[in-house]
Amino acid sequence: MLCVSFLCMESVRSERVLADMDGSALEFNRVSMVFPDGTEALQDVSFSVEPGEFVTIVGPSGCGKSTLLRIASGLLDPSSGSVEVDQERIGYVFQDATLMPWRTVQGNVELIPELHGYKKTERQALTKAVIDLVGLNGFEKHYPKSLSGGMKMRVSLARTLTLRPPVFLFDEPFGALDEINRERLNEETQELFKNEGFAGLFITHSIPEAVFMSTRVLVMSARPGQLVAEFDVPFKFPRKPGLRFDPQFAELSGKVSKALRGAYT
Amino acid sequence: MSEIPVPDHAMEEAVADVAEGASVATPAARRRITLVDVAGPTLIFAVSLGCWYWLSYFGMSENRRFLVPPLHEVVQEGFLDWTNFSIMLNALWLTTQVAFWGLGIAIVLGMTLAILMSQARWVERSAWPYAVALQSFPILALVPLIGIVFDYNFNARVLVCIIIAIFPIINNTLFGIQSVESGHHDLLTLHNASRWTRLWKLQLPAASPAIFAGFRISAGLSVVGAIVGDFFFRKGDKGIGILIDQYASRTTTLPRLYAATILAGALGYVVFSGFGFLTKAVTGKWHESSDIPG
Ligand SMILES: Nc1ncnc2c1ncn2[C@@H]1O[C@H](COP(=O)(O)OP(=O)(O)OP(=O)(O)O)[C@@H](O)[C@H]1O
Ligand SMILES: [Mg+2]
Repeated sequence: MLCVSFLCMESVRSERVLADMDGSALEFNRVSMVFPDGTEALQDVSFSVEPGEFVTIVGPSGCGKSTLLRIASGLLDPSSGSVEVDQERIGYVFQDATLMPWRTVQGNVELIPELHGYKKTERQALTKAVIDLVGLNGFEKHYPKSLSGGMKMRVSLARTLTLRPPVFLFDEPFGALDEINRERLNEETQELFKNEGFAGLFITHSIPEAVFMSTRVLVMSARPGQLVAEFDVPFKFPRKPGLRFDPQFAELSGKVSKALRGAYT
Repeated sequence: MSEIPVPDHAMEEAVADVAEGASVATPAARRRITLVDVAGPTLIFAVSLGCWYWLSYFGMSENRRFLVPPLHEVVQEGFLDWTNFSIMLNALWLTTQVAFWGLGIAIVLGMTLAILMSQARWVERSAWPYAVALQSFPILALVPLIGIVFDYNFNARVLVCIIIAIFPIINNTLFGIQSVESGHHDLLTLHNASRWTRLWKLQLPAASPAIFAGFRISAGLSVVGAIVGDFFFRKGDKGIGILIDQYASRTTTLPRLYAATILAGALGYVVFSGFGFLTKAVTGKWHESSDIPG
């Protein structure tokens, strides 16, 4: 376990022990973020993601959702509060696929084990497994410029999966895709979650996406972002595409939508 | 390893995507030589030739025709007369060597400088003003001085080339490295990549199209530098620039002046397009806008 930027070192220890005891995969303790230019992005955010949970955060644009993920991953230190997570083993799927255009699909997926010093044969085994998993067999030698947006995202997912991180952060990864591709990737992500058993923290603007994939939906207010509502999503896994037309699904989506509308004001 | 059935629509979509992507991405389909590729340049060549002959026979009066000798005289005296031609080839070879040494050193030095600048702000702040100063310095004013100090030898010529050719390399390498996407930087930061790994696996490959564009510009400039050096030195071993200078001073050698000028132009063109091919070989497979005409 590793902790990020605390106000004082004393509290670090005690909080760390606590976190170990309750075994959260990811825990935010009263995190606030004020940027050097004075922008208040997050205010007193506390929540946790337990192993086996897939938590989605929805909130108005600019409320601090990306900031939250950057803090969780250690790319950014919070102004106050703490985050507890095993940062060495975190998977982060960015809003853009961020593939390296000079590397093939294979090369892009191999990047992460490469950065961690795995040998070529190990890398190839890891890569093959995840390329199978996201259905990209046969495209190993293609360069990103010849892939569609949906396929690029799959490569990005595969790349993040290589080292099987127990915690996954997703920052609006499917926002740029068309409706159908987005739904497909929702179904596939949900399936990966079920089979791989990682803890997920997902950011999106789409309520159906949130309800379809998550075990829990959190609603964040406009800047400075605060958590204002929480909904448990009871549907069983694996979730079928038809779930989107279930009356219960519509009802829950409606509730989330109402809370989100409230969050804008 | 868990066994997970891949949703079949993933595969369907993938196949459809690639089928559609293939039409843009297959290199063979992309550059097929068409009629226009051959006929266009041929036409322009014929028109230019026509203009030349017209100027020579109708544009000039009889007694001034020697100023624009018709092409066949140029070819005969400059290229087919082996004594003349071998003198020119030797000179051209010297100029080529000067240009290549100058370019080579400019590349190594320029890239090293740019990489150092990209790694530490203070290096950039300290060195950048001088790079700009060098770029804006009227180089012709400096050439005589270099000639005197370095005794008009080979090294002096190479130095002129370096000074002329180095700026685009520094500028493009630095610019290329600094325009790496922040998302890529984040990715490497997440996985604790060292500075060296970042440079090697991210910054240099990402900058390579810009770096190669710099090489192409500098390649042309270094040929210019090699000839300019000659021009101003007027001493030492004969490069093509010195020959041009000499041929220009007598009316009887004017056809040879034309021939030498054509050779100098050809050298510039060959060096420039050589780097065009090199760029394609290195970045052609992946870079979006790599359709640089060779
Ligand atoms: N480095 C920074 N310096 C100053 N302000 C910043 C910085 N990064 C983000 N912000 C500000 O913090 C606020 C939250 O940004 P963030 O990117 O987290 O929003 P978001 O919820 O992800 O928005 P979106 O839904 O549009 O992606 C915004 O007002 C943004 O302008
Ligand atoms: Mg964002």
